[in-house]
Amino acid sequence: MPFGQTPDTNGEEIIRERNRTIERGQVEGMNPNTQVTEKARKEDPTAHLFAVGHTACAGCGQATAVRLVLRAAGKDVIVTNNTGCLEIFSSNYPYSSWEVPWIHSLFENSAAVASGVEAALRITGRLDKVRVIAQGGDGSTADIGFGALSGMWERGHDILYICYDNEAYMNTGIQRSGLTPHFADTTTTPAGKVCQGKPQGKKDMPALALAHGIPYVATASVAYPHDIDKKVKKALSIRGSKYLQIHCPCPLGWRHDTAIGIQLAKLAVDTGLYPLIEYENGKLTGVKKIARPKPVEEYLKPQRRFAHLFGKGCENIVAEVQQTADQNIQKYGLLSVSPSSAE
Amino acid sequence: MTKHFLEGSQAVAEAVARCKPQVISAYPITPQTHIVAELAQLVSNGTLKAEYVNVESEHSAASVILGASATGVRVYTATTSQGMMLMNEVIYNIAGMRLPCVMTLVNRAVSAPLNIWTDHQDSISVRDAGWLQIYAENNQDAADYMLQAYRIAEDHRVMLPVMVCMDGFVLSHAYETIDVPEQEEVDRFVPPYKPVYKLDPADPLTFGAYAEPDKYTETRYMIHETMRRALSIIPEVSAEFKKVFGRQSGGLIEGYRMDDAETAIVALGSVNGIIRETVDRLREGGTRVGCLKVITYRPFPDGAITEALGHVKNVFVLDRAISLGSGGPLATEIRSAFAGRRGCPQVHSVIGGLGGRDITEDTIREAIDLSLDGKGQARFLDLNKSLELEGID
Repeated sequence: MPFGQTPDTNGEEIIRERNRTIERGQVEGMNPNTQVTEKARKEDPTAHLFAVGHTACAGCGQATAVRLVLRAAGKDVIVTNNTGCLEIFSSNYPYSSWEVPWIHSLFENSAAVASGVEAALRITGRLDKVRVIAQGGDGSTADIGFGALSGMWERGHDILYICYDNEAYMNTGIQRSGLTPHFADTTTTPAGKVCQGKPQGKKDMPALALAHGIPYVATASVAYPHDIDKKVKKALSIRGSKYLQIHCPCPLGWRHDTAIGIQLAKLAVDTGLYPLIEYENGKLTGVKKIARPKPVEEYLKPQRRFAHLFGKGCENIVAEVQQTADQNIQKYGLLSVSPSSAE
Repeated sequence: MTKHFLEGSQAVAEAVARCKPQVISAYPITPQTHIVAELAQLVSNGTLKAEYVNVESEHSAASVILGASATGVRVYTATTSQGMMLMNEVIYNIAGMRLPCVMTLVNRAVSAPLNIWTDHQDSISVRDAGWLQIYAENNQDAADYMLQAYRIAEDHRVMLPVMVCMDGFVLSHAYETIDVPEQEEVDRFVPPYKPVYKLDPADPLTFGAYAEPDKYTETRYMIHETMRRALSIIPEVSAEFKKVFGRQSGGLIEGYRMDDAETAIVALGSVNGIIRETVDRLREGGTRVGCLKVITYRPFPDGAITEALGHVKNVFVLDRAISLGSGGPLATEIRSAFAGRRGCPQVHSVIGGLGGRDITEDTIREAIDLSLDGKGQARFLDLNKSLELEGID
């Protein structure tokens, strides 16, 4: 059919056909070994809602996290997405990894687009059957899209907002965001003779979410898949605005061996630098306990974004990072009474 | 059809409400606010069953209607001036995603300096975005065009957003007697929205995929081709409107006393009223002058315009906006429409009525005064020379 001649000219028909093709597991050019078999589908019907064949980097924590989120959420969702790595590696026209209805509009408006989706579902009486998930990376969540997110929270839309936190603008090539940790070397906070990476710490997004009085706020880590599963399911069972921030290693931006991403994510939790916390109706109802906190060096050292902290005379900087971890441990009561009571 | 004495904003709100949008989202900004406040009241009273989303910015207002439209419901927003500037990114996005959103743009000047009064700079600044643009002359038009906007946008041969432009204060805050259409008639003219595609778990689609260089051009091509096709659909909808409501409304252009005109004045929007009166006066003095109102600015009705003006010697295009460093946008496009044709009229660009400055009969007489002609350059009307203007001799 020639372009411009039919109402189908926006190309969505091609995407529709492509989605069906993906459903049949027949995407051309894909490694046949990675294609989802009918058998696998039957065994675990929601495990493949984020289909293989996308173009994420090897070791991408975000791709794994998305797969876990959709597996927990099931197919009766509509997902909105800010611009970022995830949107780019999953939706290169005419391919799509999304086996759920999915919309990307702009960098900063996922929360507002989701508000529109939610309003449309509400007025047509479908909000009981279809849940809404809005998502973005850390930059689009904490920085450019924060106004839209704050608006969504303040209005109390029935939406689960998920921030995939890989701690910098990775899609544009590693620039600092509000969620980049203190002292991280990025292309816009490069470590140099007079500057030791990012001068500020992470913006406290969970606290900002809580300040809006929303019923559910939590952090999670891709290193703990069952925890993600539990939190997504719980969040979707609650009416109103929810915020979930998932720590996702980025081998490109953190500059670590692709094989150790999950270990690093685990170390972020075990050092106290990325506390896994859960608030329901404003009250801290769950924390991931740490039996014996690991020293922050163990987390920092394998990442080249922190390499400059291990030169001569930087001991006090590492000590400062350790202090941040210790404060988290204190603030959220992360220490388990005895190792046996740890989750 | 019942007559009501209404403010322009109320007339628009009443017309929009009868089209039954299911999601409305807006942010307050003068002089648009009365429209959405009126709609909020209708929702609050239960007269209009819609989700009314009070957002934190115009960027989000446009994003909310984008999301709702993609979910398959009819939507509405309104804005003006700086609000349009902030929406700009989403405006392009809505068109690119082929979502049939409808908005009222209450025309207002763009800052700096801050100015809340009417001109067309805000809508002209998004003329290239992929929205159809229709300009109202009076409040009956503004109300009627809302109905037509939904018909055109949601036509499966179009599936593009439509912006109805109405002059700030001059129309939005002016009281006139309006024929408010009966609900039954509106239901007949604007049937429930049937989306071609929507976000639905039963048939999961991907919206807003990204396109590499081998595909992006084609998306622009398709929108452009659809726009050109809309040039025949807009008059169709106007003709059907006449059948249902009994009055001429909409279309591409409207000429007045053009048959034997040697001189023509061309403009968008509310100023066409005073232009017609001036034409009558000038005719009384023996000047063979007529005027042409451009109703549809996007798609640009170049064929209809060149046909209407082809026999005229001098065309004076009165733009209430300016492409700074170039000239009047409408004038430039009319010149371009005539380019390469033989025996075509001289097209003169005149700039007036910016930032709410009144356009009077004297302004229009000055506009068509050949002795003051800018010789191909845009000429500003009614300059206040007491302000010690830089660049003025």
